[in-house]
Amino acid sequence: MKKDIIRWKIPLIILIVGAALFYSFPLKDKIKLGLDLRGGVHLALEVEADKAVSSAVKKYASEIRELMNKKEIDYDSVASRDSTLIIKLFDDKALSAAKDIMAEYAIFQAQGWNKDTRELAFSLKEAAITEIEGNAIDQALETIRSRIDQFGVAEPSIQREGNNRIIVQLPGIEDPERAMKLIGKTALLEFKLVDEEHNIQEAREGKIPPGSEILYEKKVDKETGEITKTPYLLKKEALLTGDFLTDAHISIDTQYNEPYVSISFNKAGSKIFARITEQNVGKRLAIILDNNVYSDPVIREKIPSGKAQITGNFTEEEARDLAIVLRAGALPAPIKVQENRTVGPSLGQDSISKGFKSVIIGGLLVVVFMVVYYRVSGLVANIALLLNIILLGGVLAYFRATLTLPGIAGIILTIGMAVDANILIFERIREELRQGRPARVAIENGFAKAFLTILDANLTTIIAAIILFQYGTGPVKGFAITLTIGILASMFTAIFVCRVIFDLRLARKGMKKLSI
Amino acid sequence: MEWIKPGTKIDFVGKLYYCLALSGLVILAGTISMILKGGPNYGVDFSGGLLVQLRSDKVVPLNQLRDSLSKIGWAKAQIQEFGDGHEVLIRAPQSSEAPEELKNRLIQAIHKSFPQNNWEERRTETVGPQVSKELQKEAIIALVLSFAAMYGYVTYRFGWLWASGGILALIHDVWVTVAFFSLANKEITLPVVAALLTIIGYSINDTIVLFDRVRENLKKLSKNTELATLINISVNETLSRTILTSFTVFITVLALFFLGGEVIHDFAFALIIGVISGTYSTIYIASPILLLWPAKRTRKKK
Repeated sequence: MKKDIIRWKIPLIILIVGAALFYSFPLKDKIKLGLDLRGGVHLALEVEADKAVSSAVKKYASEIRELMNKKEIDYDSVASRDSTLIIKLFDDKALSAAKDIMAEYAIFQAQGWNKDTRELAFSLKEAAITEIEGNAIDQALETIRSRIDQFGVAEPSIQREGNNRIIVQLPGIEDPERAMKLIGKTALLEFKLVDEEHNIQEAREGKIPPGSEILYEKKVDKETGEITKTPYLLKKEALLTGDFLTDAHISIDTQYNEPYVSISFNKAGSKIFARITEQNVGKRLAIILDNNVYSDPVIREKIPSGKAQITGNFTEEEARDLAIVLRAGALPAPIKVQENRTVGPSLGQDSISKGFKSVIIGGLLVVVFMVVYYRVSGLVANIALLLNIILLGGVLAYFRATLTLPGIAGIILTIGMAVDANILIFERIREELRQGRPARVAIENGFAKAFLTILDANLTTIIAAIILFQYGTGPVKGFAITLTIGILASMFTAIFVCRVIFDLRLARKGMKKLSI
Repeated sequence: MEWIKPGTKIDFVGKLYYCLALSGLVILAGTISMILKGGPNYGVDFSGGLLVQLRSDKVVPLNQLRDSLSKIGWAKAQIQEFGDGHEVLIRAPQSSEAPEELKNRLIQAIHKSFPQNNWEERRTETVGPQVSKELQKEAIIALVLSFAAMYGYVTYRFGWLWASGGILALIHDVWVTVAFFSLANKEITLPVVAALLTIIGYSINDTIVLFDRVRENLKKLSKNTELATLINISVNETLSRTILTSFTVFITVLALFFLGGEVIHDFAFALIIGVISGTYSTIYIASPILLLWPAKRTRKKK
């Protein structure tokens, strides 16, 4: 009997298995469940960063317009198209003055003067575009994070992926629909004057006065789901935006018991608001969110307090969510949901129970088969299999890996594949015994000859699993992880642990016939 | 217990051409099916679109559901029913409409058509055109990469000639699985690609076990043994192991297929086909293919 080897081998096994048990206990707290088991939302959002660029150019256009007014330069129009800014003049007299103004804007590149169309064109420089786009994505990430924080989700994950994508994961969320609305809303709040000098009817027939636009008030009937649209003719220019907000919260109208959102502006915003209301007493000021008109109250007097209300037939939930998005600020550009994977909590629970049922049934079938086919040696393989599962649990817990449904499938597959090593060894031993070798030699040769084959076989599976891990998304990654750990663990249990048990069996005096 | 008795002598090599014909037939049928259907049947991951899984407290009459979907212009939507008839999977292809809008319209239409039912949204998946294209590209890269990795590994262990046989067997397995998916009208999704990669890892491992034995016998048996005989002996010697491990993997995958639930169903289906094909291809494709190369060169390998 190889006393020395057994003296350190057995303690080593106990140590490793003990550590695995220690780390995986209690299992419920240690193993993180993936979204597909826990239920939740996985979103891939694309920030339409080019829209941030065009709105930046639009802002520059209105700035330059104001500057040209101030300097009394004669011009026809200043317009923006994507990342291009176009100054249209009446003649080339004002050309040099316009050029002088643009010289101040180093981020624009002159595209030249077109005599026929009398247009002076400028395009935003590449570097500036890259910067605006990068900022837009950073800002969108921050905004989304702050919205989710205020909404209250346990363990959300919000990450940037690649150039213009944001991955949001919200585990265990109960109302995914609501969360999606909260995240996806651009929340661009604007105050615009109603154009009361022109006829809306004429405008709708196509004669929209320059400087004005038609926006709609969309109302959804809570009972039937029908949408009604009321048109408004508004001045294009936004006098005030949500950029100046400091706070927004839900309030309840005591008279009608209707929720609304009250907002307060910061100092600069309050000043602007006071000026607007002072200059436009008696006119209507429309409150617009994401190009949707909410209300158009008449300005009765100057409002110096910097406070306003947004009413709009809200439910309490809607008002609360609107307050959240306003507080968190507008997204710098609209976002598009590129990918949405939502799993309801009940399906996740179902998957857990079904997954484990198949692990147990599949495992039992293998265990029974091994005992029936290999007798006592089969039992040894089963002990190794049990240790394998314990090790798998321990390693998963130690690395705080995420268990997914395909991950559970990986455990099942590991059970099927782990006994492969034992089968290879046992078949070799049987061959050796058939050739008349004594048990000790047969075991020795069996393990030795099977070892390289086992190594080969497992290496290929691990190579495949690593490629899978590189390529796979969430749930599939979980599969690659459990499969890899399971196979690595099987190298230890099927070869090392089994060998020790076989040696112990041999050491029992009088064992002439190996039960295999 | 012993299923495969020692001394079993099945003439595998002699049946090579029948087997190649059988494989060819399956692959041909699958390929024709794919051509007729305009390519492999991609699921929502790769083709984009919307997938909604709904559960109702009552049995859902599929005809009525189809009618209500037709009303909103979804005559082409696929409807699949699960287990006790309370649960349905609805799949709409990519369209110009935003997926969220699509889904809202769907839910509204269903609530309208079945006012008495209580509906629970169990799963929603929407994949935009950009993401689906990326996933497609990544899946192909992953498959090609794993073929290359396996080829590299087997070349390192056995030389390129043998590696070529092994890779042919792998391509065979993946193709057969995809063919069965097309024939069974099942969709190729992300988990199915994961299953394909697993099949690649599993099938080559089976092949390596056999190659190991062939190489061992090349050294052991007399130089006069014909290659065909030698391969036959090797296949027979490893047959017991091949059948046994395939069997244990097979029963676990079967447990997954029948008990794992619908989310994992297609994944398990792919593995079932793959395990069968992988075992078969080791015996009938990978090793007999060694014969198709000049015998001398094969023999010369150490």
